[in-house]
Amino acid sequence: MSRKVSREQYEKTISYRLKSWLEGSRDLYVGNLEMRPQSPRQEDEDTRRQHREDQKKVRARVYDTEHNREVLLFKKVYRIFSLLFCVLLVSMLLIGVADLPPFGEADKPVNNEVSQRYIEKGLQETGAVNIVTGMILDYRAFDTLGESHVLFIATCTVLILLRTDGKEGESGREESNDRAYEPKNDVILQTAARLLVPFIIIFGIYVILCGHLGPGGGFSGGAVIGAGLILYVSAFGFEKAERFFTGATYKWMSFGALACYCLSKTYSFYTGANHIESVIPLGTPGAILSSGLILLLNICVGVVVAGTMYTFYVMFRKGGY
Amino acid sequence: MTVFTCILFLFLIVCAVAASLSKSLLNTVLIFMSYSLVMSIIWVILESPDLAVTEAAVGAGVTTVLFVLTLKKIHAIMGADAAEKDAENELEYRRRRNS
Repeated sequence: MSRKVSREQYEKTISYRLKSWLEGSRDLYVGNLEMRPQSPRQEDEDTRRQHREDQKKVRARVYDTEHNREVLLFKKVYRIFSLLFCVLLVSMLLIGVADLPPFGEADKPVNNEVSQRYIEKGLQETGAVNIVTGMILDYRAFDTLGESHVLFIATCTVLILLRTDGKEGESGREESNDRAYEPKNDVILQTAARLLVPFIIIFGIYVILCGHLGPGGGFSGGAVIGAGLILYVSAFGFEKAERFFTGATYKWMSFGALACYCLSKTYSFYTGANHIESVIPLGTPGAILSSGLILLLNICVGVVVAGTMYTFYVMFRKGGY
Repeated sequence: MTVFTCILFLFLIVCAVAASLSKSLLNTVLIFMSYSLVMSIIWVILESPDLAVTEAAVGAGVTTVLFVLTLKKIHAIMGADAAEKDAENELEYRRRRNS
């Protein structure tokens, strides 16, 4: 049965004292223990000098690199071995290059039936005028899918290594340090960026979209777009760039592009392996809407690469969006 | 092989040696960038424009930017005076933010 007690009565009980001891709200020593004020540390000149000399002696013994026999031996051996290693590496590479067949020879081992087939039947089988794109996005599309995933995983690794959690403290200081200078409002940089960035991004889009017609493709176009975005963000600061590109944008963009790539390639592998007629027409070679899935795959790779380049920059700059 | 290609290859070798021998890290990065640019011209001469575009964008552009950013993070670019000024700027910024 519980009963109400007054505060004064409660303060006399053991449970109150135990509680205050546990919480540390009452110092047991205050009023119970006699304490002598601590005298300031006294050091006369002699002992101080002694200390200083001791420290100097220790430092001289520890950092005496000129008379340390092991350090000297290591230096000598290091020089000899680095020279040997360089000579060995250079001679190995030179011997390897000397064994290569001459440039552009007809009976080289790489000129076998595989490249023959790519060159002869590439256009009618993939519909791409650019044979290189036909190879990497049709015959060897599985390779390119792996490359896109490597890029995405690389961004994840950079994110894990460089990410700051946004809390105040050591990481927050670093972030404020970087934030202090931006936007810098550099007139030259901003004017140049205003003139160049639209053209760079349009050129990147052109390289991606015409990857099956001429030189270019997803990777190079994506890298060009990423470089344009980096120029924009270094000229105008993160606040403006975050109006259209944030961490969520990157996440959904790469997820969507990679999933789209996987699904479309799954479809073409399935139909190809089972000899089923694909419903996607190859179109007339040379037209922009031709060569089946290659245009779509180029766009997917380009989106992933552009986002990855930009995200690398953001991670290095301030460790997170 | 034309004279122009020979000059480019010579430049490539000089760049490669200079990048490894340079004392300053910023100089190394800049030499590496010029190496990438010359390499992209050589790709065009070797008739692979795909690689040339990629080399110019990745090698000369993005990689250099990332290198320079890293050098800035580890305070390897600026001299002692600039570093001091940097610290002052940061203090000023923090004072402004706290008040």
